[in-house]
Amino acid sequence: MVELVTEFVLEARGLRKSFGGQEVLKGVDLAVRERELVFVIGPSGSGKSTLLRCCNRLEEPDGGHVLVGGVDLMARGTDINAMRRRVGMVFQSFNLYPHMTALGNVSLALRKVVGRPRRAAGEEALAALDRVGLAAKAASYPAQLSGGQQQRVAIARALALQPQIMLFDEPTSALDPELVGDVLRTMRELSASGMTMLVVSHEMRFARDAADRVVFMDGGAIVEEGTPAAIFGQPFAERTRAFLGELAR
Amino acid sequence: MSAFAAQFLDLSIMWQAAPLIRRGLGTTLLLCAIVIPLGLAGGLGVALLSLAPSRLVRWPLAVAVDVFRAVPPLVLLIFVYAGLPFAGLRPSPIEAVAIAFFLNTSSYYGEIFRAGLGSIGRGQSEAARSTGLTGAQTLAYVVLPQAVRNVLPDLMSNTVEAVKLTSLGSVVALPELLYSADMARSLTYNASPLILAGAIYLAILWPLVRLISRFENRPAGDTALG
Amino acid sequence: MGPTALDRFADAFLNPVVTARYLPAILKGVVVTIEVAAAVIVTGLALGLALAVLRSFRIRPLNVAIVVAVDILRALPPLVLILIVYFGLPNAGLTIPSFAVLWLVLSLVLAAFAEEIFWAGILSVRAGQWEAARSTGLGFGGTLAYVVLPQAIRIAVPPLTNRTIAITKNTALGSVIGVGEILNQATTAQSFSGNATPLTLGALAYLVLFIPVVALGRWIEHRFRWNRA
Ligand SMILES: Nc1ncnc2c1ncn2[C@@H]1O[C@H](COP(=O)(O)OP(=O)(O)OP(=O)(O)O)[C@@H](O)[C@H]1O
Ligand SMILES: [Mg+2]
Repeated sequence: MVELVTEFVLEARGLRKSFGGQEVLKGVDLAVRERELVFVIGPSGSGKSTLLRCCNRLEEPDGGHVLVGGVDLMARGTDINAMRRRVGMVFQSFNLYPHMTALGNVSLALRKVVGRPRRAAGEEALAALDRVGLAAKAASYPAQLSGGQQQRVAIARALALQPQIMLFDEPTSALDPELVGDVLRTMRELSASGMTMLVVSHEMRFARDAADRVVFMDGGAIVEEGTPAAIFGQPFAERTRAFLGELAR
Repeated sequence: MSAFAAQFLDLSIMWQAAPLIRRGLGTTLLLCAIVIPLGLAGGLGVALLSLAPSRLVRWPLAVAVDVFRAVPPLVLLIFVYAGLPFAGLRPSPIEAVAIAFFLNTSSYYGEIFRAGLGSIGRGQSEAARSTGLTGAQTLAYVVLPQAVRNVLPDLMSNTVEAVKLTSLGSVVALPELLYSADMARSLTYNASPLILAGAIYLAILWPLVRLISRFENRPAGDTALG
Repeated sequence: MGPTALDRFADAFLNPVVTARYLPAILKGVVVTIEVAAAVIVTGLALGLALAVLRSFRIRPLNVAIVVAVDILRALPPLVLILIVYFGLPNAGLTIPSFAVLWLVLSLVLAAFAEEIFWAGILSVRAGQWEAARSTGLGFGGTLAYVVLPQAIRIAVPPLTNRTIAITKNTALGSVIGVGEILNQATTAQSFSGNATPLTLGALAYLVLFIPVVALGRWIEHRFRWNRA
């Protein structure tokens, strides 16, 4: 494994991806520093999810590189499963395992990927559940939890593996409005505790308040990026203005 | 009526036949212990291979599955038992049963597993892979347990069929339950041993059959005929 | 495999002389198989539907009897039933020809499975359907006949198709009691000719008969699943 010295936790270089002739990522460069919270916004179909999914190779990029802590995920000798646990992922639809309790969901990879004995895995999983405020629900099955609680368990599932960065793909889009707040609060606490985060979301208020940097994507490319104040205040590009204008209406 | 009872329910004849039938039952259970695990493993293999990206794998497999589902199991058994010797292979009755019913039951189990795997959304395996689980671990811990649960009634009902299938072993002179009972019948000129064998099959399979009915007749929420 | 080995293989399993000699017998078996299968399907499905309808009247002793009979027929290997009827009834003073034994037993078995499937279909029709029909003045019988059964039968079609195919294939069990169907003709011819070709022909005959039916079953399963989604 070649380890490069880098100040970035996650670095995507020239990422390309096509689906059946349609180019969805047109050479995207994106770098996230330690403890940074980077927000990705953009219209539907602009390639935000694809970008995120390429960052742990759930989607196989056609070209370019993804570096996590300096390790090239695309390199031949890289153990992708070992690297994936360093990149936590939270999905729009939670994707909790319905046949396992909250604790089972969180401890599975601890046991099978990290190799912790059952007991230690249970303790670590419980600690992760505690961090999202759900230690009391450890024995509950997903069907017995509200959407917001399920998503927080999903966050704990990723968090328990002590990832170097966490990816969030529209984590609140599938939630009833009154449940969104809990999940955002958990994310904010996570960020405050020093977690590096890359977030795709339509929660502009949250972006304005919590993001260090906002990236605007359109048509498979990054159009512009900057501080929330800059992007929401005086967006440079016409397309960004149009997109934000649409949202405001 | 008493002629009927004497022909079917003669307890002393049943008692006489009991040792023979008990040995037959042992063989039947042995056959089940061979046929069911083999079929389950083969079926799972078929289901997994049918997800293979290459058509060169999927198409021949689909044809084979349809062939083994189209040929009656007894025909398959006779073909293996009486046909293979012409190719220089001489399977014993038990080997013939194992081969024929492996081909038959794994085709059926395969279709069931395939439906089960298809019922699990892609998000489940993506979530598992995103935590670093390997493909095999994802299958074993995340996808398969849910898939099996979703098709449990079908798996059980196919298992009942597999147990019933072992009775065809009698046709190739394999001394299982039905063969033993029929031998006792021909020795005593009385059908009571067959009834005894039937009662044993019932004792084994009725609980399963009841359970399957329970599953299948779970009414859809609010039906008038609950 | 050298050419001689391959030749010997072809000679044993697809010998043209043996084929020419015994094909007529196999074809006779095909006709018998089709006849028995058709008779089983008609009586089995009709009896199964009748039992499911009877069951919906909810007459307790009758329903217990239906459930017990259906369970027994589903749990017993069909060959056990065939042997009991075939060897038992003559000794008890009743003589029926072997093809009738085969038809009777398989019809009863199919009826049992069909009853179970139709009944599950009837149960899955929602209460609102009954209420809506009754509110328009239809009686119990009318509601059942015009509103509930059409929906129930539709739901029943995919599982029923597969089950019917499986039970129809059991016509091969007739060879054990001497019904002159395909397998019987094939094994007889095999022992006369000392050659495996008749077995191959028999297996091919089943493939020609049943592959289209299996494919049809698969197609029906897909179609109905999409329609319901
Ligand atoms: N597996 C796939 N197969 C084919 N096309 C795909 C696939 N995944 C994504 N696409 C296409 O790629 C484009 C970008 O999709 P992507 O999901 O990355 O967009 P997005 O920015 O996340 O949109 P949204 O805001 O709606 O989630 C879309 O046109 C989509 O239809
Ligand atoms: Mg998306």
